[in-house]
Order: sequence, then structure tokens, then C-alpha cells
Amino acid sequence: MSGTVITVTSGKGGVGKTTTTANIAAALAADGAKVVCIDADIGLRNLDVVLGLENRIVYDIVHVVEGAAKLKQAMIRDKRLPHLFLIPAAQTRDKSAVAPSDMIRICDELRAEFDYIMLDSPAGIERGFRNALAPSNRVVIVTNPEVSAVRDADRIIGLVESEQKGPPSLIINRIKPEMVKRGDMLSIDDVLDVLAIDLIGVVPEDEQIVIGSNRGNPVALDEKSRSGQAFRNIARRIKGEQVPFMDLDKQDGFFSRLGKLIRPGG
Amino acid sequence: MTNFFRRLTGRSQPPSKDVARDRLKLVLIHDRTDVSPAIIENIKDEIITVISKHVDIDRDGVEIKLQQEDNENRLVADIPILKSPRRRAR
Ligand SMILES: Nc1ncnc2c1ncn2[C@@H]1O[C@H](COP(=O)(O)OP(=O)(O)OP(=O)(O)O)[C@@H](O)[C@H]1O
Ligand SMILES: [Mg+2]
Repeated sequence: MSGTVITVTSGKGGVGKTTTTANIAAALAADGAKVVCIDADIGLRNLDVVLGLENRIVYDIVHVVEGAAKLKQAMIRDKRLPHLFLIPAAQTRDKSAVAPSDMIRICDELRAEFDYIMLDSPAGIERGFRNALAPSNRVVIVTNPEVSAVRDADRIIGLVESEQKGPPSLIINRIKPEMVKRGDMLSIDDVLDVLAIDLIGVVPEDEQIVIGSNRGNPVALDEKSRSGQAFRNIARRIKGEQVPFMDLDKQDGFFSRLGKLIRPGG
Repeated sequence: MTNFFRRLTGRSQPPSKDVARDRLKLVLIHDRTDVSPAIIENIKDEIITVISKHVDIDRDGVEIKLQQEDNENRLVADIPILKSPRRRAR
């Protein structure tokens, strides 16, 4: 087996990298792939809580780098999904504790055993980002439909390409279809028009994501959730399937259906 | 343009997403070319100095812009020449 290393990054902070990493990983693993996520945000670990695995950490990636633990010992198996593992970040160290060469070595070892190795990059373009980029086979850039986030995504695209790790693909997260419709949010086309890269997913703004993070249950595992569906679609596209983009204007719920009856085409 | 929007939507301003898109495009051109607005100002001042030696120009009307079309970036200069009453009189 030779697994694919997928780096999830963004430039700007808080756009949804950790949420995206957790959900794509969960969707891939639920579909039978062997997946390990690595939290590359040393000092600000988060992926453990989003996945609901924070109480099971004994060793972290810095222990592995420093030889205090074997790679296997630092891997936490998810109880819901037997194919999903997490290698947590150290919480009390800083990013200089891990070097790009360490990440390359660790990922080389993991490739033999996993289909997908998902790296959750920290915000920024410094060491943590370099660590997450170094072993990458495929880069996924997360952005929001806002000027600052798209601008930072553009900068990241440039850096990824100059490191010969491109072409990256794009996830637009937190889109609000009703704001786009009323002309108060950049549309998918607006963003693609300026960034000119391949779109691999669009995730709507969704309260369920917050609720899922509260409970440590990724929405991708919730069959009924729309954002969960968006993440499951991304996972299938990563596996190479052609999946049509879902219609974000479609709202379930009685009132919106009623609204459509009254204002056809609205 | 503004009039058009006013008639179309009843608002007095273009939708904020259009403002966002235009600002984004402009900021990306500067980011990608690594030419800051300050550099453009300097270029403008120097061009005015050079051209004024030879032609009477409308200094306030001079515009230097970075533009992007497809994959090409270019500097576009618009330099209005002052009407010269002396010559027309001749
Ligand atoms: N589609 C969405 N709908 C609603 N909330 C969201 C969505 N995506 C992310 N969030 C929320 O936004 C916050 C930031 O998300 P997340 O931690 O995944 O971002 P990040 O890019 O990893 O941040 P950082 O740069 O700090 O690592 C979280 O509280 C998350 O629950
Ligand atoms: Mg994060």
C-alpha cells in the first residue's frame, strides 16, 4: 500500500481547516478507507477535541519526533470508526519541535499502512505550514467567501506551486446561499474566478458543525446533515469519484417549501 | 452603474459582494505582482515629470493602473494632454 498524504491548509486562521480535516477523514474512514490524521498545529492542538478523542491521548507527535514514543504508541484509534486514527499535536511545545524532515519521515512510515494521511495545517505561512506541506501529495485549501480569506488562499496557492506541491484544490466553507442571493456574499463563481483553481467542495454555514464539535462527533457521520453531506461528497471526490455539487439553495422544511409555492422560482 | 442598481434593486449602492469582488481583484493584482500602491504612486510622479518636459499634460488627470487580463499583468497609463489655446489660435 502507498497512501496519499493530503494537506489541509488556508493561510488565514479560523476558516475551517480542523473541521474539514476531521470530517473528510471521518467520511473516508466510514467508507472503508484506512485513515490517519495528524494535527500539525503544535502548541494549539484542536483536532483531538473535534474528533472527540481528547481523553485518550498519552503520546503526541513531538514524543515520536524525539524518540520518546513509537509512532504506533502515539496513534489513537477512533472507537466509532475502526479505520480512523489520530496522531495528536503536542500542546505545551512550539512549532520548532518538529521539522519538515520529521514530517516527511513520519509520513513515509505511515504511507505503508494507510490509504490516506490527512495533515491539519496551522494558520500562517511559517514553520507549521512548512511542516504540513513538506510530505504532501495533495493540497486542499480551505477558504471562506470573504475578501481576506480568499486573498490569503491566493498567497497559499502561490507558495504551494512554488514548492512544486500543486496544483491544489479548493474548498469554500461557510457559504450562506441566502446572502449570496441577496448580493451580500461572494459567490462560488466569484471566488473561482479570481483563484482559478479546481473546486473540490462547497460547505454551507451550518449550526450542526458547532453542535458536532461540541459533542466530538463530526457531522460527516450524521446522515441527515447537509454540511455532513458536503463533506461526504468531498471525500468521494478525493477518492476519484465524479460527484455533482449539491444544490445549496434547496432547503428542506415546511416554510421554505411553502415559500417556494407562493413565489415560484424564488 | 450606480443608477442602474438603484433602478434595479431600489438601493442606492451596488451589492456588497460586487464591492468585495472588485476590491479582491485589485488587491490580488498588487499581491501577485508585488507592486504596491505606493510604488504605483512613485511611478506616476516620475512619469509626470518626464512627460511634462515635452508635453503639457493634465497632471491631476493622470492615471496609472495595474491590470490583469487572463494571465497577463500590465501597467496601463492614461495621460490626458492639455488643450493648447496658443496653438489653436495660430
Ligand atoms: N461550515 C461551518 N458552519 C458553521 N461553523 C463552522 C463551519 N466551519 C467551521 N465552523 C466553526 O468555525 C470555527 C473555526 O473552525 P476550525 O477550528 O475548523 O478552523 P481552523 O481553520 O482550523 O482554525 P485555526 O486556524 O485556528 O486552526 C469553529 O468553531 C467551527 O466549529
Ligand atoms: Mg485548526
